[in-house]
Amino acid sequence: MAQPGEPGSLSSPDARAAVEVSGLSRRFGSFQALDNVSLTIREGEFFSLLGPSGCGKTTLLRIIGGLDLADSGSVAIGGEAMERIPAHRRPVNTVFQSYALFPHMTVAENVAFGLRMKKIAAADIAERVARALEMVQIGSFASRKPAQLSGGQKQRVALARALINEPRVLLLDEPLGALDLKLRKELQVELHTLQRRLGITFIFVTHDQEEALVMSDRIALMRAGQIEQIGDAEEIYERPRNRFVSQFLGSCNLIEARGWSPGGAGESLAETPLGTLRVEGGGAPTAGRESFTLAIRPEKLRLLPAGETGENRVPARVSQVIYIGSESHFQLEAGGRPLLAYAMNETRGAHELEPGASLTVHLPAASLLALED
Amino acid sequence: MKRPSWLLTLGVALLYVFLYAPIVVVIVFSFNAARYGGPWTGFTTAWYGRLLDSPEKLLAARNTLVLAVVSTLFSTVLGTLLGFGLSRYRFPGQKLFSWLMYIPVVIPDIVMAVAMLMFYGLVRQTLGLFELGLATMIVSHVTFQIPFVAIVVRSRLVGMDPAIEEAAHDLGANAWQTFRLVTLPMILPAVVAGGMLAFTLSLDDFVVSFFTTGPGANTLPILIYASVKRGITPDINALSSLIILASVLGTIAMMLAERRQEPRGTS
Repeated sequence: MAQPGEPGSLSSPDARAAVEVSGLSRRFGSFQALDNVSLTIREGEFFSLLGPSGCGKTTLLRIIGGLDLADSGSVAIGGEAMERIPAHRRPVNTVFQSYALFPHMTVAENVAFGLRMKKIAAADIAERVARALEMVQIGSFASRKPAQLSGGQKQRVALARALINEPRVLLLDEPLGALDLKLRKELQVELHTLQRRLGITFIFVTHDQEEALVMSDRIALMRAGQIEQIGDAEEIYERPRNRFVSQFLGSCNLIEARGWSPGGAGESLAETPLGTLRVEGGGAPTAGRESFTLAIRPEKLRLLPAGETGENRVPARVSQVIYIGSESHFQLEAGGRPLLAYAMNETRGAHELEPGASLTVHLPAASLLALED
Repeated sequence: MKRPSWLLTLGVALLYVFLYAPIVVVIVFSFNAARYGGPWTGFTTAWYGRLLDSPEKLLAARNTLVLAVVSTLFSTVLGTLLGFGLSRYRFPGQKLFSWLMYIPVVIPDIVMAVAMLMFYGLVRQTLGLFELGLATMIVSHVTFQIPFVAIVVRSRLVGMDPAIEEAAHDLGANAWQTFRLVTLPMILPAVVAGGMLAFTLSLDDFVVSFFTTGPGANTLPILIYASVKRGITPDINALSSLIILASVLGTIAMMLAERRQEPRGTS
């Protein structure tokens, strides 16, 4: 699954595509929720739609599920156009953020609902319900009402209720959003394992970057109704295309650069407030651009003793140290601008740096990346 | 929890006396042997017996019940549909519709009664329909009951998580199945409450009934009004007591129904 992410491929319907979205737009009054979004989700993939609230990720999910209609554009599921197919006849099922369990039915009745609608024989239903409840480890709660369950148990019921229908694609709308951190982490692992075992395509909406990184094969990062970048976790973290992507996932030092001067083959030089930096990390094309941004992750910075000189080495001062156990976070000041650096605490007292101390920061050329904006 | 102060206790006591003393008096005097009210002269249940001997009063009771039951059935179904439509669909003029719904609630009964009377007169002249009687009373009652049911049902629907109905859709239920299997069971307490409200409104309505009734279609409120003009007799007290008893039983039934609807605690 480590193929380079094609940014919203517009190619003809792909047999291996579970979901194919092209040119989707949706407007609510004056608010553009989706703006010409195209994307292909592969069969059997764990795909996350990640972004801040209001970025259109839930709207996109709802349109795929048929719970909302697009103003323009098209959705195909398994190669079949969905325009005229209402929600109740689409080969997808949804797990809602609010669980949306039927409060007047027992757990077993909730889970059986989809099969009942398909007119499956009662004996088959009973057997499949029992198996589905076992799968999410809530077999002993079959005769309870939703009001008697905890948040995590409700979420398992919602999951069983959707999966029992063996959907072609499972849509999950921030399903872990209402749970506490510990339970969320447990369920993240469980969801991931379950998806691997069943081989069903999952489309997972979340605003939690860590959740997306942990679980997904690929992530689409969205902002203001558009997709900013698609790729696997490493790709999006290591090679963000622009400032938004670099800042949304983890922390990132952004350095404004000017007067780009091409260096030797496969490398370049950039004028920055920190001096001239050699850039090997690649990224966006840079030829002829007057003003752009260089990005470097805090953990890529090297902290060296004061006075060391050499390529991409910059004098700096410590303004703040935050000790968080496994690592320390250093707020530095270099060339009149702040820089953030993370360093592992490999030994006790590995970094005896007090605020005000002087040091040299090394920005490795291979870790510097030119952004598109 | 704090104990209420004596002032508050006194206030509440006065309130209850004010509310219920007249009712208690009616009930007590329905057992008074005196023929024309006045002082207590002895205990008797004769007045209740006399009610049963009066075909006029039995017919009025029957009319009242038929009117209340039939109009409640119609208005509960129509009001539920109206509440559902107004909260679940978007259409042009929706605001206006919601607002119009409150008019029968707000305008005085007497205005509505006169309007109905004139309307039936007009229809009768041109089409020969709507001869005044039980049927016109039922139509009139349904008219003023619908908004009450719709308002109660709609408030319940507005408070419902829309994702629950979406989940039913998502799981393969069409619009009708979603309504029957998910929405209706969830709003049932509101539908029952709306229906009870409609029933009570019909049961004690005097003004609209009085204006839209026809020959032989007396209801209890109309009958009581007519007798009281000739002086309060003990059998009217007995009749009123029976109506009070019916109302109390109805209220208890509604409370029991509501308690059964609530989800039970963790077992």
